[in-house]
Amino acid sequence: MHIDIQQANATAVNAIQAAQPVLKGIGTAIDVVPGMKKNLILHAGPPITWEKMSGPLRGAVIGALIYEGLAKTPEEAEKMAATDKIEYSPWHEHDGVGPMAGVGTASMPVRILENQTNGRKTFCTLNEGLGKVLRYGAFSEEVITRLKWMETVLAPVLKAAIPLAPQINLKNMIAQALQMGDEVHNRNKAATSLLIRELAPAIVKTDFPTADKAKVLEFMHSNDHFFLNLSMPAAKMMLQAAEWIEGSTIVTTMCRNGTEFGIRVAGLKDRWFTGPAQIVKGLLFPGFSEEDCNPDIGDSAITETCGIGGFSMAAAPAIVKFVGGTVNDAMNFTRKMYEITDGESQAFQIPNMEFRGSPLGINLLKVCEKNILPQINTGIAHKNAGVGQVGAGLVNPPMKCFEDALEAYVEKYCKDE
Amino acid sequence: MLKDFFGKKVKVINLGIASFADDLRKQGVETVHTDWRPPAGGNKKIQALLTKVANWQSKVKSAKGAR
Amino acid sequence: MVVSFIIKKQTYFDSVTLMLIGSQVKKLPGIDNTVVGMCTDYNIDSLKRLSMYQSAFDGLTPNDLIICIRASDKKTADAAITEVEKRLASRKKPSGSAELPPSSQEDAAARLPDANMVLISVPGEYAAAETEKALNAGRHVMLFSDNVSIEEELRIKTLGVSKELLVMGPDCGTAIINGTPLAFANAVRPGNIGLVAASGTGLQEVTSTIHRLGCGITQAIGVGGRDLSEKIGGKMTLMATRALAEDPATRVIVLLSKPPAESVLKTLYAELKGISKKIVIYFIGADPKAIEAEGFVAANNLEDAAIKACDLSTDKQHKPELSEAQIAEAAAGCKMTGRFLRGLYSGGTLCDEAQRILQPLVGELSSNTPIKGCKKMSDVYSSTGHCIIDLGDDDFTRGKAHPMIDPAYRAERIEKEVADPDAGLILFDVVLGYGSHLDMAGEMVEAIKNGCKKANRQPLLAACICGTHEDPQNYEQQKTTLEKAGIKVFPTNVAMVKFAQLCLERNK
Repeated sequence: MHIDIQQANATAVNAIQAAQPVLKGIGTAIDVVPGMKKNLILHAGPPITWEKMSGPLRGAVIGALIYEGLAKTPEEAEKMAATDKIEYSPWHEHDGVGPMAGVGTASMPVRILENQTNGRKTFCTLNEGLGKVLRYGAFSEEVITRLKWMETVLAPVLKAAIPLAPQINLKNMIAQALQMGDEVHNRNKAATSLLIRELAPAIVKTDFPTADKAKVLEFMHSNDHFFLNLSMPAAKMMLQAAEWIEGSTIVTTMCRNGTEFGIRVAGLKDRWFTGPAQIVKGLLFPGFSEEDCNPDIGDSAITETCGIGGFSMAAAPAIVKFVGGTVNDAMNFTRKMYEITDGESQAFQIPNMEFRGSPLGINLLKVCEKNILPQINTGIAHKNAGVGQVGAGLVNPPMKCFEDALEAYVEKYCKDE
Repeated sequence: MLKDFFGKKVKVINLGIASFADDLRKQGVETVHTDWRPPAGGNKKIQALLTKVANWQSKVKSAKGAR
Repeated sequence: MVVSFIIKKQTYFDSVTLMLIGSQVKKLPGIDNTVVGMCTDYNIDSLKRLSMYQSAFDGLTPNDLIICIRASDKKTADAAITEVEKRLASRKKPSGSAELPPSSQEDAAARLPDANMVLISVPGEYAAAETEKALNAGRHVMLFSDNVSIEEELRIKTLGVSKELLVMGPDCGTAIINGTPLAFANAVRPGNIGLVAASGTGLQEVTSTIHRLGCGITQAIGVGGRDLSEKIGGKMTLMATRALAEDPATRVIVLLSKPPAESVLKTLYAELKGISKKIVIYFIGADPKAIEAEGFVAANNLEDAAIKACDLSTDKQHKPELSEAQIAEAAAGCKMTGRFLRGLYSGGTLCDEAQRILQPLVGELSSNTPIKGCKKMSDVYSSTGHCIIDLGDDDFTRGKAHPMIDPAYRAERIEKEVADPDAGLILFDVVLGYGSHLDMAGEMVEAIKNGCKKANRQPLLAACICGTHEDPQNYEQQKTTLEKAGIKVFPTNVAMVKFAQLCLERNK
């Protein structure tokens, strides 16, 4: 095969850079998510079966089945989840992403993003907030009630507000947030503030009871990570533009389901390369220890895949509290990532590195050659369903994912060399 | 031609022993020291795969040049 | 008082850096005043105030750099200017904008795109691949790494020759290219002697001696110990020699090596005969007459190679730094305190040279790297009889730094030898230059003192210093340190070995 990898990668990185993710609206999963079905549960990470699922993901599945009315009790839900009545599929295979357990089902409202460059769409549920929430595997009545409120109040208000607000270009909003101390994975405070600011007047203008509008605003305000469910599908949209460029070794997906870590590579269409999800090392909230931690989980590593999150740690020195390091450590983490990426982001610039563009376009070959793994900065879930977040810290993918991907790449393109 | 290199200022990329780079810098020689590590962390299997890719690309690039 | 200056147009440095360097250089001996700064109004006023202003500064802008020195004489002033330039060039980047050092050759090349030399000292199994990368990028290579297979050497030298790029090595410890000492090399003045050598310390010994005799070099090109083997066929030696033949600055060519393989010798002589410049050849252990019969100047040893090269370089006669009479005088009254000689060398070629000269005299001589006629030591860690040891050989350096960098084992060993009642005369080399330990003499003297104290004996000791007065170490200080400890000091290995010969003869 006659393919110049440098060129293929340059094409991929340019496509990623050219993406213009815009917040189009809100829809119901069954109506807008490709391939959605009543009995389908979308989840974070690479493909997984019920048997292999960790605590938070199981809990989220149980909660989702109750929410959808497919089961009446947790026991019933658990039984059903193990049968082939229920199907599971990664969000990534349906143009979407989900944080933590990331469970998405038919009735859930989802954000719709559109790429102004090529018209494609990506999706993500709305962020429920902190503490006992579905994405950490909680399935109590409180959780279901909140999900219903989101479906019946939050979603419709936002859906009506979005067309009334100025168009929200998420790439620009993320770029601004990076210059305000966010890295839009673990720190989303500035971005969430910017979002509320853009939407607030429009929300006020919508035709809903004042109490509902107020609650919507309070809801967004109470959750610093509200923006995460926009930064993730925005990053997904940018990387989607590189799928599936022939011969390219750019990594387009990094994600975890709580049991396994999975990656995908631009030049290896639709193929997953997995390895064991690692334990996150960092700062635990009071009362928790390493035994309490679930392995790495969530699609939020899509931010790192796109040069934000841990790759832009230099923009968010506040993160270092969680990694017990110094501001210089945060900067060094970002610096190291330039060694394994092919490009630098035009949109995402890091102020205290002289506004250098963040490292963009993870190159599989460089990861293997230099034995340097992408650096992810993430929240830690309790291993038991429904307890919630227990800390935050640093983690890497297992090298196995990249080794397997390299083997597959050679098999496909140059095995006779 | 090698003799055309004689008389030019030597500018060095140093791979390996750091003191060589330090000595060069002491003399005012433009030097970049590299924090060199074995490729693929010493993993022979991965090195072999990477070599295949490098060989393939070498051929692709020289075929291009020939066009 | 003399004022010297240079102007560097459109060359910017920050004022703090310039002021610091200026005040550092002002402290040097013979310097009266310095103005190192951009040509701003302020600096112009300072220059005028100090009566250092020159009409050449008219019309300069704040983007132009002035280096202006007032000193006792022109030489001092000019030297100070050179020093300022050196310090500007080697200034570290401010840490705020510091990047992590590159971790691969490719990344390093991105930082210094006009690099023209890659100095490789990575583990042997990776060295050939890195060499190929460098050659494919159009850069010369100095390959310090050893444990490169001969097949790999053939491959990389074939590639180097096809692109007319140097591949100096594998296992090449010394080179001086375009006046730049690389790896272990001495500071040697420029001149018209060009050298090609398959030996590191041999090259150091010859180039240092050339400098001390008042002459200088164009290039000192290392080619690695196996270049003149049958398999490699002298590829680099031939390419380097041809280039020196065509180099207008080179008047004399010197070749240093073990005797080449027969087949290679034929090709080499044929090539050399086509060169009109004078060629001095030292094939260690070869019959000088056979070389002279081919029409070349043959050297008898490393010191002699330097002398003959200097003779041809200047058309004047040069003599060894110490005459036979002076060596005899040094030996007069010296008595060996035991039956045997021990030599502890850090340089392999110097170790070989000593063996070659002494073996006929003593008959039975052993080494860890024996030449023909000498025996292999049964236990390299324990000397018996007459013993001359290369402490830089693999036996001793596995997992440790080379003795020229880290004298620890050699110090330990000399302490042991000093305590051995059979060790009547101990010889060792002190190799100066870039890469080498900054106070080898001090380290050895301390070990010797400890050993003598513990064993309550003082064997006869001699050392040779391989180096120049321009080397980073202080040549005179190293010499004094050794002499104060009662060690006889010689300028070359040959002189020291001649001294040993005299002592051994007297001891019979």
